[in-house]
Formats: sequence, structure tokens, C-alpha cells
Amino acid sequence: MKTNRWLWLLVLPYIGLLWVPLYNTHDPVVLGFPFFYWYQLAWVPITSLLIWLAYRSVKHED
Amino acid sequence: MKTEIDAVALGVFVFFFVLVTIMGFFAARWRKPETLARIDEWGLGGRNFGTWITWFLIGGDFYTAYTVIAAPALVYAVGAYGFFALPYTIIVYPFVFAVMPKLWQVAKDHGYITAGDVVRGQYGSKALELAVAVTGVIATMPYIALQLIGMAAVIKALGLSGELPLIIAFLVLAFYTYSSGLRAPALIAFVKDIMIYIAVIAAVALIPSKLGGYAAVFNAADAAFKAKGSGSILLGGNQYVAYATLALGSALAAFMYPHTLTGIFASNGANTIRKNAILLPAYTLLLGLLALLGYMGHAAHLQLSSNNDVVPALFQTLFPSWFAGFAFAAIAIGALVPAAVMSIGAANLFTRNFWRAYVNPDISDAGEAQVAKVTSLVVKLGALLAIIVLPIQFALDLQLLGGMWIIQTLPALVFGLFIGWFRAPALLAGWAVGFLGGTYFAYADGLKPLHTLHFGDTAITMYTGLLALSLNIAVAVIVNLVVPGKASPTKASPTKTAPVAAAR
Repeated sequence: MKTNRWLWLLVLPYIGLLWVPLYNTHDPVVLGFPFFYWYQLAWVPITSLLIWLAYRSVKHED
Repeated sequence: MKTEIDAVALGVFVFFFVLVTIMGFFAARWRKPETLARIDEWGLGGRNFGTWITWFLIGGDFYTAYTVIAAPALVYAVGAYGFFALPYTIIVYPFVFAVMPKLWQVAKDHGYITAGDVVRGQYGSKALELAVAVTGVIATMPYIALQLIGMAAVIKALGLSGELPLIIAFLVLAFYTYSSGLRAPALIAFVKDIMIYIAVIAAVALIPSKLGGYAAVFNAADAAFKAKGSGSILLGGNQYVAYATLALGSALAAFMYPHTLTGIFASNGANTIRKNAILLPAYTLLLGLLALLGYMGHAAHLQLSSNNDVVPALFQTLFPSWFAGFAFAAIAIGALVPAAVMSIGAANLFTRNFWRAYVNPDISDAGEAQVAKVTSLVVKLGALLAIIVLPIQFALDLQLLGGMWIIQTLPALVFGLFIGWFRAPALLAGWAVGFLGGTYFAYADGLKPLHTLHFGDTAITMYTGLLALSLNIAVAVIVNLVVPGKASPTKASPTKTAPVAAAR
């Protein structure tokens, strides 16, 4: 695999989810969910999107 | 929780169970190969599962019945800390995307069936092969036992007592796995996942409306934790490192298990795996919402004898009998799929990396498939006996150790895909130190998965598996630097990338 800058996107979920003090708070509440919960749930579609962007950059390898 | 038999719920449950049993035996004819008497046909489904089958199969064996029972149970008991399963099942996918297509390519190019095959092929070391294979088998056994615990929870909720229902369910599973191999769980996974989706979506949509909305659910949980004096809907400051390391360590361990690797190796291409890394997080959304059922247990004021009863009790209390029966069938079938894939993964390891390596090197293809089929039966019977004879706590403790053990195979299995620098003796030394050191920490900590490190006045509590993996890698690097030797025999030049790139 040649150096591919898109692959750096894959690092973002690790930063966003492993840096716990960033999101261990109650407010703002959305639809009854404290921030701690909806923030982490929001990373599910965001991670899919980031992997899709990375995928587009390597899919012709096979 | 109710304990008398509910005829409607039991009827619905039995209907779906019989349906998947028929599918399990029919699976031998699904995408039929010329022969099932080859280990790659029986144990990898012929290595030709496309994107959707792979999605159902990996989703079906990675998100298990035990997850459905245990993640909400942990959240019910301790609050936010139990939610680490969510970040864990998100950050696993960038790792899968980056690593698993390369592993698949190596396996495909050389006909590897197991992690042990990959390691022997890359490093030419029978000792390292054996270490990886043995770790895989002993880490998987308690995992199969946990599926039984998940199944036992719903059988109990249906009002059935004794061990006979569990034994019948497992014999059924054992026989169709024997005859159909990986095709059986792959086919059943479709039914299982659709049923689980229906049950969970109904639960997360309807239960909060019966309990006054999500805000009321979180408030009820918060009040329950305050009354109890332990647990919280947010993390305590001393839990940050534990939360993050449990998530990261579990993510790194997840695809080292034989059953998840089997799902990877059974797919028909590296691109199929990349697409699955994009699509599999759909299950994670489900898992996150499922975990919140733990809080709904507080809002519904359930009286439970065991935390593991929270999900069955919720369905029983808040839904009509027929839907509770449907949900319980979904959970029980959700135990069958991973248990089948786990026993197949363990059987493949035993057959390829022990039987063929040490007992009968000249075994035929048909002989190999036969040994694997019999081993899959033995593995399941072993798990069944363990759960009937031994205390359940023992299976839970062993499962915690299993995660810590399996992560020690990561350097041997993965590093060689990207760098050709490491040699077998170094990786073997690292594995031994990580395996024994991690086991020692876990033993000294009373079989808890967390270890506290003291740096002067500061104490940091982290996941033991990740700590042991750090020791493993450090030892591997030092031994590789200190012990003289040539690069591993399969590599033309250690500065070039692994054989994956060359084979493309």
C-alpha cells in the first residue's frame, strides 16, 4: 500500500473515543440522552463514513 | 421474574427453534460444493462468501447472545462503565479495515485455514504455530460456555427448569454443525440477525414510551445508583483509563479469536472485508441501544435475582407473551450461531496445527475434514459439560482470562503483515511473557480484568490484557535486537514489505 493520506482518517475514532475526559459530561442532553451517550453513539455513523472515505481511496487494489 | 411456563411464549420459541434446526441441516446443500470432505469446504464454506453473507456471519458470531444478555446486565449493575462495549465495537472496525484484508490475502495465497497456519507459513516456526493454536483453543472454550449461559437465561425465563432443554438445544446444534460445517451458522445467521433487529428495535422504540421517555429512563437509573451508593450514569475520574484501555484492548483482541478469523477467512475477497468494515458498525448502533436496556430495567423497577435476567425480565414485563417468546428465540438462536462458528474455529486449529503437525502429517483432505468434524463435537460437548458441572462464575473468570490470552497472539499474527523485522524466537518470547505475566497479574488481582499500576503517588488502573500486550511487544523488540539471527526464511529481504504485497 502506497502512502495514502486518506488512511489517516482511520485514526480519528481512536482519538474521539479513547480520550474519555472529552465527553464524560451530562450536558447538553439531546432527546433525553446525556452527552456521554449520544456522543459515543454518534461515532458509529461517523466511523462508517470515515472508513468509507478510506475505502474509496484503496478500492482498486484488488 | 415470572417462573411458570407461558404456553404462548414457549410455542413461539419452539416454532423458531425448529425452523432454524431444519435450516441447519438444509445448509449442507446450500451453495453446494462438489464435496464437503475438505476442511476449507466444511470449515470455511469454500472461502466464497460475498459481502452480505459475510456481514451476517461476522455480525452473527461477533455480537453474541452473551452480548445481548451481559452488556445490559453490566450497565444495569455499574452504569456508564459498562458502556465501554460501545467504543470497543466502534474502534475495532478501522483496525479490521487496515489489517484483515492483508491477512485474508496471505491466507488465500497460501491456502491457510487458521492463525496457526499463517504463523508457521510466515516464520517457519512450529513452536510459534503451537503457541498461537493452543492460545486460540483455550480462549475459545469458555467463550462457547458463555453462549450457553445466555441461552440458559432465556430458557429459565420461559419457565423451563432443569438442564434437559439446554442439552437438547446443544445436541441439535452439534449435529447440524457436524454435517453442514460453516454453511449452517452462515445460513442461520440471516434468521438470527433479522429476529434480533426486530426484537431490539421494538424494545428501544416502545419500552421508553411505556416508561416515560429516555430522559425518565436516565433519571431513574441515576436515582437507583445514588440510592445504591455505587455506579453512576457518568464515569468517575479514576475510571477514565480503565474505560479507554478496556475498549482498546477488547478491540485489538476481538479479531484474533478463531471464530472471528474464520468469518474473515471465509469471505471471498479482501474488498469484501473492507466493505464489511464500513457496514458492520450497524450492529454497533444496535449494541449501544441494547446496553441501555440496563437502564430501562431500573426505570421499570424490576426485581431481579441475577443481573443477567434484566433483558428477559424486561421483555416479559412489558411485552405480550408472543413477542417475549419471539425475543427469547432470537437470543437463543443468537447463541447457536457463534457457538457453532467458535467450535468450527477451534476444530480447525486442532486439526491443522496439532493433529496434522504432530500426529498425522500425511493426512488426506477427507481425513482432515473428518478430524475437524469430530473435534467440533468434542469441543461443544466439553463446553456443555463444563457449564453443567462447574460453577458459572468459573466460565466468566476464564472468559476474562481468554481475552487477555488471545490478545497475546496479535504480534505474531499481525506484525509480519506490515514489517519483516521480527523473528520467531523474539515473538515466541514476547508471547510467553505476555501470556504468563498477564495470567499472573489476573491471578494476583483476584481474577479481575483490571490491574493497578503505582507511579509514586499516582495509581493508574488499566486493562490487564493491554498491559500484558505491552510487555509482550517490549520483550519481542528486545529479544529481536539482542539475539543474533537471520530474517525469517520466507522473506527474501527484511526491508521489503510482507509477502502480501509481493503476491498481489
